Formats: sequence, structure tokens, C-alpha cells
Amino acid sequence: MFPELNNLLNTTPDQTEQGKLTLLCDAKTDGSFLVHHFLSFYLKANCKVCFVALIQSFSHYNIVGQKLGVSLTTARECGQLVFLEGLKSAVDVFFRPQEEPHPLQFLREANSGNLQPLYEFVQEALKPMDSGEAAWRCPVLLVDDLSVLLSLGVGAVAVLDFIHYCRATVCREWKGNVVALVHDSGDAEDEENDILLNGLGHQSHLILRAEGLATGFCKDVHGQLRILWRRPSEPTAQRDRSLTYQYKIQDKNVSFFAKGMSPAVL
Amino acid sequence: MTPAPPAPGPPRPSSASPPGAAPRHREGERGPRVAGEAAERGTERAAQKATHDEGKAQRNGELGDRLRQVLVVGEIVDAPPLPCGGAGQWVVTPSEGVRRGTRRILEMLESLLALGGLVLLRDSVEWEGRSLLKALIKKSALCGEQVHILGCEVSEEEFREGFDSNINSRLVYHDLFRDPLNWSETGETLPGGPLEALRALCRRTHPGPVTIALDSLSWLLLHLPCTTLCQTLHTLSHQDSCRGDSSPGEQVHVLGLLHEELHGPGPLGVLSSLAQTEVTLSGAMGQASAHVLYRRPQQRPTHQTQWFSILPDFSLELQGGPPLEPQPYPDPRVPSMDPTTHLTFNLRLSKKEREAKDSLTLPFQFSSEKQQALLCPGLGQATSHIFYEPDAYDDLDQEDPDDDLDV
Repeated sequence: MFPELNNLLNTTPDQTEQGKLTLLCDAKTDGSFLVHHFLSFYLKANCKVCFVALIQSFSHYNIVGQKLGVSLTTARECGQLVFLEGLKSAVDVFFRPQEEPHPLQFLREANSGNLQPLYEFVQEALKPMDSGEAAWRCPVLLVDDLSVLLSLGVGAVAVLDFIHYCRATVCREWKGNVVALVHDSGDAEDEENDILLNGLGHQSHLILRAEGLATGFCKDVHGQLRILWRRPSEPTAQRDRSLTYQYKIQDKNVSFFAKGMSPAVL
Repeated sequence: MTPAPPAPGPPRPSSASPPGAAPRHREGERGPRVAGEAAERGTERAAQKATHDEGKAQRNGELGDRLRQVLVVGEIVDAPPLPCGGAGQWVVTPSEGVRRGTRRILEMLESLLALGGLVLLRDSVEWEGRSLLKALIKKSALCGEQVHILGCEVSEEEFREGFDSNINSRLVYHDLFRDPLNWSETGETLPGGPLEALRALCRRTHPGPVTIALDSLSWLLLHLPCTTLCQTLHTLSHQDSCRGDSSPGEQVHVLGLLHEELHGPGPLGVLSSLAQTEVTLSGAMGQASAHVLYRRPQQRPTHQTQWFSILPDFSLELQGGPPLEPQPYPDPRVPSMDPTTHLTFNLRLSKKEREAKDSLTLPFQFSSEKQQALLCPGLGQATSHIFYEPDAYDDLDQEDPDDDLDV
């Protein structure tokens, strides 16, 4: 969790907004620091988290989480975190009887193009417990990342439908949050990815877009972050609903500063 | 419809115009029909019409006056078709309207709804159009129309948020959001899926005018074949003519929200050719703008650009134009404070200090006293000497005393 990013977004783990879809997007840079931020943020906020991790292993996220002050192992043991490790369980799909439902069932079927099993997995993971064994604040779904699904052969509309259902259940019914990362290839040829990115953009309440610098690599400024609030809740928010900051990723933190105001420049 | 030339005969007040004249009156509210001025700035047809009208007026002064009265009912000058730009705004000519005290601005929402049929709202991620859709829905509901909403993208609670109970009671929300593909199998889905829901809207035989809002066409387009959707939309927006019911009060408004980045040029072109009114949302410097294209039957399409903002209660506030430069908006969270308050030095002078400052003679100022002092050297100056004792090791070269200076 990066306190400076919390300041920019005007949230703290104690008072999180509910029922929102946050779209993380990266173009010409690596936006995974945003995923790590939200993972540690929601674990610290005592939310029940379902993390669909399709591009890194559990230990990777765990190591980064430890730097940010959360232990994914502990969270998983006490039931706060439900972790779907895509890299491992992708293999399981092929070594189990076909009748048994698997969240990544689409890998096995040639032309299903349907993410309903994945949705049912999320639904099962985040379903509010009747008995209050451990009262988590609100359910949160985190996906890293959705573009991988496109590479695995799922259509953009199917991914949009998956997020639509997650939104209907997690955000609306259970008043939770959904956070998803999508890469922006910046390639006009990749129509599916554009449909996914823009379709999610239209569904989301907040878009965080990490971009590489147009001028190229820089040692002291790693990129810029555009924050776009959609559906402003208050009338004054209309005016400053889009902000741009530059950032520098450090060992355990990310520092944000106004454009051109890097301490290395001044 | 091409306006008929004014019928000779006894003049009638505008409210009691014959049916043949009514369309012209309606159009006058939007069209370039200011009789005295149209020849300069109107379209060709307006110019022809104006000369025609003036000819009549010369023949019959009274009739001319009457005509003028009819023609200036809406003091709105329509700009000729323009490329995108700020010039095509509704302009109110002050002349006749002020004199008659009936100065009216045809409101943007009314004019969007005036043509009936399909109104296409094209929005983008950065400039979302749902607020404008809700503003139009509010307008229709306030006119007493029944509003049906086919909601695919937001939940019913979220959509109804911001409307008061009076308007909410007029909205019928057909929920395609909760379970559109029947994954949950709760039986809460609309039977037959999205297409059947649309067709059910077509069959609705509700007396009186009705507004149908599709939120959004993009979702439908991603899940239905384009041709099927277009055919259904056509049936939907021409319900009135099917029933042989052509009175303008009975018309059907179909409002379709379309996220234009999600579709290729083909579907976009088909949908826009179906639409009578097309609104493209964009903006600059935090100010939203709508570029509106009207397709009136048998007329040249007209373009208009309007800058607006939508208030929290979904009423519309028209703006003059884009802010010319990014204005540093006062942040409401930070109280504005004088930057000169907590300084370690003083920027202001009291009256006494200012007098002292003004009376001070600065070293470079030349005065008569200074001149005297320079011209008559005093005693101290004559008695001053320089004592210099060279070091033992000083290597003074008498011929070149500046040798050690390294120049």
C-alpha cells in the first residue's frame, strides 16, 4: 500500500468506498505496482479478497506483499484471501475428470468462449458467510490481468460479460469492489484488446492509467499516472476529475509528484 | 417538409394557424426564418423565402406585419452547416423578441426531443453520456410521458439515483443488468433475453407519448446481430406510423446510448443513418460539449455545437463556450489564503516608514551638498597618507610593477 497514492485517491484503509469498479491500465510501462497496492490495501482494510492471479506465482505476490507489510500466507490461512493461481491450476484442468467444474474450464473447451465457471468460482469465494466466524468488511475481487484471457483465446465480449456479472454480484449485491488490470498495447491492430479496454472503461468508476514517458526511459521518473473519475458523485468533482502525476517506484514505496516536479529535476 | 408559401387571405394569429401552416411555425422555432435578417445569414431557401415574404409585404402591409409576427416566433437563428466549431450555437436576436417581450431560447433538451424517432447519444470513456441520457429522461418524464428503460449496463438503483420520486414513478426499468445471460438461473431474467425484451417494448400499446431509453445500444450491439438490432430499432421508433397515428403528441422517442469506441465504422454508420438526431459528446478543458446533427425529413441536415454542464439534479446548464485556458479552479478543500501572510520579512510599509523611505537620499543621487563636498576637499583628505613597507622577499620589478598579477 502506497500512502501517497491513497492521498491522491482520497481514501484510507479505514474508509473505503463500496460498490466501485476500478480499472487499472498500463501503456508502455509496467502497471503491476498498482495491483500490489490494491492487494495490500484491501488486505489491510480487512476486506475479504479473491485474487485471480494469472500472470505471476503466489510466492511472487507474497514477496512483494511482505515488502508492503502484508503476509499473503497468513491471509490465505485465516480465510481472508482466496488465491486462484492461474499458472498452477491451468495444468490441473487437464488432469481431472471433465465433469468436475474448474474455474479455468475454458482452456479445455475449444470454442466455449464462456467464463461462467470462473464467475462461479469468484461467487463461491466471496459469498458472504451466514455464520459470522470472521467478519470481513466487504468482498473484493482483484484480477491480474484480463488481457491474458484474451491471449488464451477468450473473446473480449466474454471477458466483458464476466466482469459484468462480477459487478452485478460483487459491487451491486454485496456492496464490494472490483479491481482489474488491462494492458493497453497501444496497437490499433489489436481490436479485441481495444474493445475490452474501452468496454471496461465505460463500466468503471475510476480509471488509473499508468503510462511510460513519451520522452523515453528516465532514471528518476518512471512514468506518469492519469487518474480519471467517472460518474462524479459531487458536483465540484466535475472540475478536477482528471489528474496526471508522475511517479518514481522505490524499493518499498512509490513517490508521486506533479508533472515536471521530480526532485531530481528541481 | 418544404414550407408552403403563405396563403393569401385574411391573416390569422399564429396560435390559430391552419394545419398547413403549423409545420412552418414549428420549424420557425429552429430555422433561420427571421424575416428581416435572413437574407444575410440564412440558407438559400431562407433567403428565397424572405424575398418572397417581403414581396408580399410590399403588396400588403398588414399581411406582411402578420407574417413577420409568425416568422419570428422563435428568435433563433440557425447557423448554416458548419464543420465542428463553436460558431453554430443558438443565437438569440434581440431585436424583435425584446420588443414583444417573448424572448425565448429553445432549450437544448427540447430541441433534441423535438424530432422524435431515434436520438443517438454517442459518448466516449472520457465524456460519458449517461448523465445527458438521464437529463433527457427527466425532461420526458416531466412532460408527462411514460419512460421505459432497457437497462443493460447499470443497476436499477444506480440508474434511479438522483431522480426524485415524482420522476421515478414514471420510469419503468426493464432489468437486463442483473442476469442478462441467465448464468445465475434465479429466474429473474427477462424471458427470451435482450432481443425479446426489445420486442416486448415494441408491442407495448400504451396510450399517449412514450419514451424508450436503451442503456446502452453498445451492449445490445455486442450481443445481438447488427441487422436484427437495426430492424428492431426501426420498428421501435416507427411505432406511431405503424398504428396510423401521426399526431405529433403521440410520437415515440427512442434514446440510444452508444459507446462509439467499441464499434467499427460499419455498425456506427448504420445506426447513425437510422437516427433522426445524433449527439456526439466531447469536450475540452473539463467542459463537455455536444455536437448535434439534426436530420429533418426532406431537409438539409443541420449541425450545432453546444457547450453544457449537467447539474446533480440532471438539469442542463448551457455554457457560452470552452474555457480559453485551463483556469486554476479554486479547490474547495483548501481554503484560499493570502500567500503573503506568514512571511519572515515585511512587504508592506506603514505611513511613517514610507515617509522615511521617500526622504532618504540614495548614494547615487547627486545633490548640491555632495557637489560642494567634492569641490572643496576637507582637512581630513589632505592629511591622509599611505604607509607601505615592502616585504624582505618581495620581488618588485620597477619596470613592470604588475608582473605578479598574471595578466
